[in-house]
This record gives sequence, C-alpha cells and structure tokens, in this order.
Amino acid sequence: MTFHQGQWSAAGQRLDRVERVDLYEYQAKDLFHAHGVPVLPGRVVTTSAQARAAAAELGGTVVVKAQVKTGGRGKAGGVQLADTPEEAQRKATAILGLDIKGHTVHRVLVTPACDIVEEYYLSFILDRTHRTFLAMASVQGGMDIEEVAATTPEALAKVPVDPISGVDAAKATEIVQAAAFPAEVAQAAADTVLKLWDVFVAEDATLVEVNPLVRDPRGSIIALDGKVTLDDNAVFRHPDHAELADSAGQDPLEARAKARNLNYVKLDGQVGIIGNGAGLVMSTLDVLAYAGRAHGGMRPANFLDIGGGANAQVMADGLDIILGDPDVHSVFVNVFGGITACDQVATGIVQALNIVGEAATKPLVVRLDGNSVAEGRRILAHAAHPLVTMVDTMDAAADKAAELAALTCAKGA
Amino acid sequence: MAIFLTKDSKIIVQGMTGSQGRKHTQRMLDAGSQVVGGVTPGKGGQTVDFGGASLPVFGSVAESMAVTGADVSVVFVPPRFAKAAVLEAIDAVIGLIVVITEGIPVHDTAAFCAHASATGLATNPVGTRIVGPNCPGVISPGASNAGIIPADITGPGRIGLVSKSGTLTYQMMFELRDIGFSTCVGIGGDPVIGTTHIDALQAFEDDPDTAAVVMIGEIGGDAEERAADYIKANITKPVIGYIAGFTAPEGKTMGHAGAIVSGSSGTAAAKKDALEAAGVQVGTTPSGTAELTREVMKSLS
Repeated sequence: MTFHQGQWSAAGQRLDRVERVDLYEYQAKDLFHAHGVPVLPGRVVTTSAQARAAAAELGGTVVVKAQVKTGGRGKAGGVQLADTPEEAQRKATAILGLDIKGHTVHRVLVTPACDIVEEYYLSFILDRTHRTFLAMASVQGGMDIEEVAATTPEALAKVPVDPISGVDAAKATEIVQAAAFPAEVAQAAADTVLKLWDVFVAEDATLVEVNPLVRDPRGSIIALDGKVTLDDNAVFRHPDHAELADSAGQDPLEARAKARNLNYVKLDGQVGIIGNGAGLVMSTLDVLAYAGRAHGGMRPANFLDIGGGANAQVMADGLDIILGDPDVHSVFVNVFGGITACDQVATGIVQALNIVGEAATKPLVVRLDGNSVAEGRRILAHAAHPLVTMVDTMDAAADKAAELAALTCAKGA
Repeated sequence: MAIFLTKDSKIIVQGMTGSQGRKHTQRMLDAGSQVVGGVTPGKGGQTVDFGGASLPVFGSVAESMAVTGADVSVVFVPPRFAKAAVLEAIDAVIGLIVVITEGIPVHDTAAFCAHASATGLATNPVGTRIVGPNCPGVISPGASNAGIIPADITGPGRIGLVSKSGTLTYQMMFELRDIGFSTCVGIGGDPVIGTTHIDALQAFEDDPDTAAVVMIGEIGGDAEERAADYIKANITKPVIGYIAGFTAPEGKTMGHAGAIVSGSSGTAAAKKDALEAAGVQVGTTPSGTAELTREVMKSLS
C-alpha cells in the first residue's frame, strides 16, 4: 500500500491540478471548534518563552506539538509531554527549529494533556473516483489506521455520502453503527459526525479527518488531532480562508511568480520551461528530460504555465522569473496557440529581452505553433535577437534547449 | 457520425452575454456550429450580434429549448453562478452540457453531477451528459464545435481523442492533422468531472466512424488506471495512450484518508504500467504517440 509519506510539496499538489489548501493542526482545530466539534483549548506560539507562559496559563501537564504539514511528528520527537511550565519551555526549545521530513518547525501548539481510554478514527473525504463523498470511521483509531485499513479492512467502515442529501442524524447514526462504536459513546460520536460534516460542507473542505478521536476517563469524546484540506476554488465564498494559506517557507521565485498570478513551480534541473496550459507544460517537462538524456542528463528547472489566452505582458513576466533563476542555463519556450496567439507570445519574448537588456545571457529556444504562428515567427525573425533560436517541432526544440544548457553548464564548470 | 456532437446539434450558450461567452460564441459560429441562442437570467428578450447573425438571449434554458430545439448547452458562467446554471440545464433535461468554466468549487461540481445522475434516471432514459468542468469542450471537426477548441487545427477523420488537458489536446490534434478526427473530447482536469475517459472510450467503441482512440492522461487520481481495466474488458478498437507528468515531483496526500481511499499512487509511471498491462501502446512523447497512432491507422486501412 502507499503511505504517501513523501514531502508535502507545493509542486506535487499544483501539478496534479488539485487546488487545495492544507491546514495546520491548530487551524483545523479552530475550524472544528467553530462548528462545535469538541477540542481541547490550545495556544499556538513561536518562541519557547511563549510556550512556558501558555503552559502556565493552561495549568497541569501539557503537550507541546510541532505544527508542520507532514505526518510522523511523534516519531521525529515533535510531540512531547511537559509537567511544568519550565519543562514546556525546554521541550519547545527542542522542538522549535526541528527538521521533520524537510519541514522546519516554526510554531508549536501547547495544549492540555489528555488521558485516553480509547482512540477512534473519523473522516470525510472527496471520493473523486465515485464523484461523491465518503465517510470513514473506525474504533481502532491512532497512528496505525492505515495498517488497520490494509490488514483488517472490515475494521474501517466506509459509508458513501450523497452530495445532495448529505449527512443527517440518521446517516450519522448509520456511520457510527457501521464502525461499531461502543453503545456508551454512540450518541456523542454521532453528534461529532454531524458536526464534522458541517465543517466539511460549510468550509468547502475536501478532507476533514480526526485521528485520534478519543474517549477520556469521564466518557467525553474529544478530537485530539485534526487535518483539514480546503478547496482553493471556493475561496470566493470564504474570504477568511485566504489568510489560512501559508506562504512561509515558499521558494522566493515561487512567491514572485504567485504575486504575478503565474502558475510556477521550482524544480531541480537546468532548463527553464515556459508553456501554455498545464498538460502541455507537464508534457514539455517530460520531453525535455527525455531529450536531456543525450546531453549529460539535463532536466527541467521549473514548471511555468502562462495559461490560456496569455498576452505579451504575461509572457514577459514569465520570462523575467525564469531568467532570474541562477540554476537556469537555457530556456525552452513551448507554446501551442489555441486561444493564445503566437504573435502575442513573440511580442512578449521581445519585450522581456528588451527589459532585461545586457543582463540577458541565457539562450532561448522557442517553438511556436497554432494560432497566428506565421506572425509570431515573423516577429521573432525580425527582432533577430542573438540569444533566440527558433525550432519548428517540440522534440527538436527540447533537444536544442538541452544541448545549449549542457554547453553553458560545461563552460561554467 | 461522431460522438456526443454532430452537425445537427443545436447549441445554446449559457453566459453568452459575458466577454468569454461572446468571444467563443463567435468562434463556434465561424466553425460552422449551429449556435441558436444564449441564456442569461434577467436578460431574456435581448439579442446579441455576431458578424451579421443576430442571436436571441433567453431568460431560462427551458425557454431556449422550447423556442429553438436546442439539445446542447455550453456554459461560460463564472464559478460563483455555475452550479445554479448547470442545475437549471439539467432540470430542463438538455442532452449535453459542456462546462467550460474554470475554478468551480468541487462541492458544487459533485452536487450537479449527482443531480444529473439522479434526474437522468428518473425522467430521461439517456440522461443529461455533462462534459467538464474546466475543460476545452467537444469538437467533431467539420461538423460542430461546442467549447473553445480551435476549429482550424485539424479536419474530420477516423481517430477519436479523449483528454484531460486543453493545450495538449491541441498539440495531439496538430500532430495527427494529416489523418483527422471523428470527435475530440476535452474532459477536463478537475478532481470531479462529468464525462470520464471510460464514458468517451465506450462512445468511441460504439461509433462506426471512429477506427482508433487516442487517450491522453496526466498525473493525479486513478481515472487512467480504471480506464485501463475498462479497455481490457470492453474495448475492441485500438487505443493509443499518452501520459503527461513523468518529471513532476510527487505530492503528499494530507492525512490518512487519501492514502486509504486512493487505489493508485497516481503517478505517470503507475498509469503507463496500467495501460500497457491492458494492451494499450503508450507513447513517450506527443510526437511518439502520434507515430504509434499513424502506424495503427495504417494497419487498419
């Protein structure tokens, strides 16, 4: 089975075209609280002194939890108990700055420790395969839930939820019964299912997950940890969601591209790529990597989609970002003009090179086809910029761009 | 013949009075499509001029269908209003809804797809087909064009094309313009879509004018893997595949639920393997895929 324990990567997310915003645990719990899902109080802090104050304020034993968007925090030492405020400060000092699977811890959540009698699991997720939603519930919650799903699938109830009728009290009871929750917590669990569904719908989430949902010695049900993924497309009806998106730790080039509304992802190769349309740009990366095998293993340095209907200014902005990347040794512009007109693209290239002026030193390989291609090629031919090479086909252009990158890499070495 | 869209299709445009709707209505008309009117709530009774032709604007889809006999709707309505527009078209029991709009919340798409399934079964034996959202549309070259696919890339022929991607679709149409296409269907790249690879494959299987099918996929989800299973069991015509995204870094699924639900890692390699195991030839590049297709077409003639 697949655990998906690779890096939480903006690149992977955006390249598979799923527009989403993953939340930190504390943000997820804030949403839970707002919709009545029972959570423990907590304080999010960024320094160990603040952690000490938070522990003193909360009183008793606390848990200091690293806030990172990746799994395996516990095993990495990112979740620790502290009996006193002083100990909370020491634990926070140890956790802040910790690297967990490539994620630096900038924030910790200080929250009361909780005695656990049983651990359950609850989630709602978009089931894209069946174009519907899916509730999942289990009385064997905790860190090994994927193991449970794999080895004893009958212990994880999966209940489809119709997008129109949703979850009412009867459906919530059905979910709880399917997972065989103990009778004494069944009602509280069903209430939590209803409230969690409310989070899922009201916040336009594509995932809400509580793991573990615990029963404490007093018989209360508490969401001890939570994960929420929001649908970025729905931000127009949730203006408050915009501030939940996290730009900390973003690559500076990616931040610059985002400010200009460009869909850009930094990669680790040597050839800058610009194209129009996510599918064609992805294909361009592949074709470049394929061609690069014959040129010392040259690979794409980025993904940059200037989108459909791009004008000259968008092209110039894109080129500016790519030329500003020190890892880039050559640039491959691959445009198939559908709605986008090739003359606009060509004008954008010429404009960008004029703006960059003498500082432009990287060779550009341009392949244009489709809408207004003759005019586009004429504009580039007329400009006759020494750095620009026009190539007729995608394959030959990829080969040329890889060759030129290998050449300048060799000079630089 | 073709699939989903023929020269007899009568098209209305929901959102025709907006700038995108207006621009692409003109292009559809230029391509010879029978666009018979537009729908914009509150603007019924107006007309919009398109280089000589004047098209009526209706206040509702039902009214536009009653007056013009329209059986296809192309939706350019902004995301905020798209759900209501599509639901209205479903309730009017139009045959095909092509949703071009990008950026529709997935809860909205799930709702209108569920409504289409439910309503289709109850009142219409064939149901309402939804293509998209976030797609370039459907074109049967030389016959009709419902959406934003440029009509001048290629002419009619005997290849069927189904693809998640817009510009990659154009690229493939361009590569194979010497042979031509029966119908090209851009199904869109959103997590929830109406018409799937499988739906289009079956339609091409049933279409006497389609000899072979090119299927373009990309990373994410497991639609290509399921299409591979379907091809193995149900499709007798040759299928040639192409998958984009081999060099994309792998993303991480948050939480456990995603990993539990997904039957596949969603990588390009997993999709290619699944297709090849089903007997589908998969090209390494768009041009390589075109070459494979050309050989298949040669062997059929």
